[in-house]
Amino acid sequence: MSESKNENILDQVTNEEYKYGFYSDIEMDMAPKGLTEETIRFISAKKNEPDWLLEFRLKAFRYWQKMEEPDWALISHPPIDYQDIIYYAAPKKKKELESLDEVDPELLDTFNKLGISLEEQKMLAGVAVDAVIDSVSVKTTFQDTLAKHDIIFCSFSEAVQNHPDLVKKYLASVVPVTDNYFAALNSAVFSDGSFCYIPKGVRCPIELSTYFRINAANTGQFERTLLIADEGGYVSYLEGCTAPMRDENQLHAAVVEIITMDDAEVKYSTVQNWYPGNKEGKGGIYNFVTKRGLCKGKNSKISWTQVETGSAITWKYPSCVLHGDNSVGEFYSVAVTNNYQQADTGSKMIHQGKNTKSTIISKGISAGKSNNSYRGMVRIGRKAENARNFSQCDSLLLGDQCGAHTFPYIKSANETAVVEHEATTSKISEEQLFYCQQRGIDMEKAIGLIVNGYAKEVLNKLPMEFAMEAQKLLAITLEGSVG
Amino acid sequence: MLLNIKNLHVAINGKEILKGLNLSVNKGEVHAIMGPNGTGKSTLAAAITGRENYDITKGEIIYDGETINDMAPDIRANKGIFLSFQYPVEIPGVSMTNFMRTAINAQREFNGLEAIPAGEFLKKMEEMKKLVDINTKLTKRSVNEGFSGGEKKKNEIFQMAMLEPKLAILDETDSGLDIDALKVVARGVNELRSTDNAFVVITHYQRLLDYIVPDFVHVMYDGRIVKSGGKGLAFELEEKGYDWIIDQEDE
Repeated sequence: MSESKNENILDQVTNEEYKYGFYSDIEMDMAPKGLTEETIRFISAKKNEPDWLLEFRLKAFRYWQKMEEPDWALISHPPIDYQDIIYYAAPKKKKELESLDEVDPELLDTFNKLGISLEEQKMLAGVAVDAVIDSVSVKTTFQDTLAKHDIIFCSFSEAVQNHPDLVKKYLASVVPVTDNYFAALNSAVFSDGSFCYIPKGVRCPIELSTYFRINAANTGQFERTLLIADEGGYVSYLEGCTAPMRDENQLHAAVVEIITMDDAEVKYSTVQNWYPGNKEGKGGIYNFVTKRGLCKGKNSKISWTQVETGSAITWKYPSCVLHGDNSVGEFYSVAVTNNYQQADTGSKMIHQGKNTKSTIISKGISAGKSNNSYRGMVRIGRKAENARNFSQCDSLLLGDQCGAHTFPYIKSANETAVVEHEATTSKISEEQLFYCQQRGIDMEKAIGLIVNGYAKEVLNKLPMEFAMEAQKLLAITLEGSVG
Repeated sequence: MLLNIKNLHVAINGKEILKGLNLSVNKGEVHAIMGPNGTGKSTLAAAITGRENYDITKGEIIYDGETINDMAPDIRANKGIFLSFQYPVEIPGVSMTNFMRTAINAQREFNGLEAIPAGEFLKKMEEMKKLVDINTKLTKRSVNEGFSGGEKKKNEIFQMAMLEPKLAILDETDSGLDIDALKVVARGVNELRSTDNAFVVITHYQRLLDYIVPDFVHVMYDGRIVKSGGKGLAFELEEKGYDWIIDQEDE
């Protein structure tokens, strides 16, 4: 992490309310409230989907109806009325768009407020952005560069139309529809998301990123993301979220699946900044996410890096199934909770192949009256000779009204495996704060500095584009949490 | 007068530690505060720098013509008060370089200046590192993390050199230092001495004062300054210990 980055972050700490709390008024094309087979048929028809996908959705829906919402996480919220949610909303498409000029100016304005000017990103950052507002993707950029390498990067809906074989082959191959309550729900009603395929031997020359954004009141957002890196392929994928300020709780249940073949590598980085609710704990996003990668091939690698600062509730366990021999799974996480936020997050590392390695570094930061839990599982299968895991779970507490919890589960069925787990809990000490203040650094900046220092190990894993934003978020999220 | 402390009473959790302390420090002066353990020397440092939970129940601290009793610690720092800590704390993950730059820029912002240009900053770092014999590797490490006792103290003087305070308080800077490190620290302080700044050197032993020669020596006992004198007083204390003063005081 460069010093100047730290500087910038600290300079930009301000006392403003949740910065991205606005919403744009775009003509919506909505499904009626509630969830029935009709709703699903409506969504599928809207998206002009093939029969097999409608069947897939219906199967998931029928299964979901028999399931019960899980209650094992250390979170609490009023019951979610799944019939009081609108499951599909899309900006009305008037015609096919050829360039940015044709995009709804209000939509562009929204991007500008978010600081994601597509044009600017195109020119400056070298990042291809597949921007999702609500459910339908707008124009993607950098398609030409990607096309040159035969990389497919498009919205999920486009992939269904243009690459149905790939979608059919890999969809739900890592997260089956029956996996869990929220994954089943997503499988039934997902509206859109991203699809990426890296062909054999191709290293994607640019960082891929998608911005998700909830934009319409009472609209659940159900993204579906599918990333496949074929033999020897490589891609670094960035996902970032902001959401407008609303009083109603909004449900968000995404599913991300990653598959890596022999010698392939996927780096998946997230900065999650959904609206966390206000200081009294009113409002905020319920974020129930299933993210899982399958290291299918030998010597393949999947890295999850996440910075979680938003959402009223975060329920999320990016995981790796290490199937191929010598495959590697990594999970680096910083989760910050303030005010009344609740986070139950962690990772699962499932070792199946020989000589598989996994690393879990989790840094929880709790402030206010929030609750922050690490929940993780390391499972070593019978055939996973010489498997190795190292887990480190640190908790940092700000104040004395917040909670930090660690729930590590380890199951080993192979005696050659080595599993290490380290955990610490610490507080920002009065001494540290005073030391900074005595050097002229005010309280807010001091907290930002100390917290970013604490999280450095994880922040260093983020691509440049995200590291800065992440640092800023950490500082902003913790404003007013001490003193 | 740079610092004028009048009848200062300070309590921690309701327990009075300073009981009517008076001290005046002018620019260009070095004052040594000596005395047995537990007489309130470090409390004085904490009160001047504005540490939390050190409640001023009576009296005044006037710095540069302004009463600072209720001023936030970072404002005091930015107005030129520096404390070399007795026990410098570790801040994991924050490099010395980053920490120093953040501090300097906070000070510059306070004074209405632009952030320090990278080149100027690095040049100053190099210069000041030499002054206190600090290894370059040290400034790349996290603040005080894994520093030896001597390195921590040198690092405090290094920060002082970088921030150029008007009033520097050295709290037991000599404790835990071997003679070589002590000389380095003293050299640093002597280099920085000028007619524009002042030093308050808190020490238990006379040893440091062989190298940082004070203009005034004060003896603290039971929350007050009970005896003041020139540098000769330090030698007298070295020879006779504190008991003769304490005896006088308790009579």
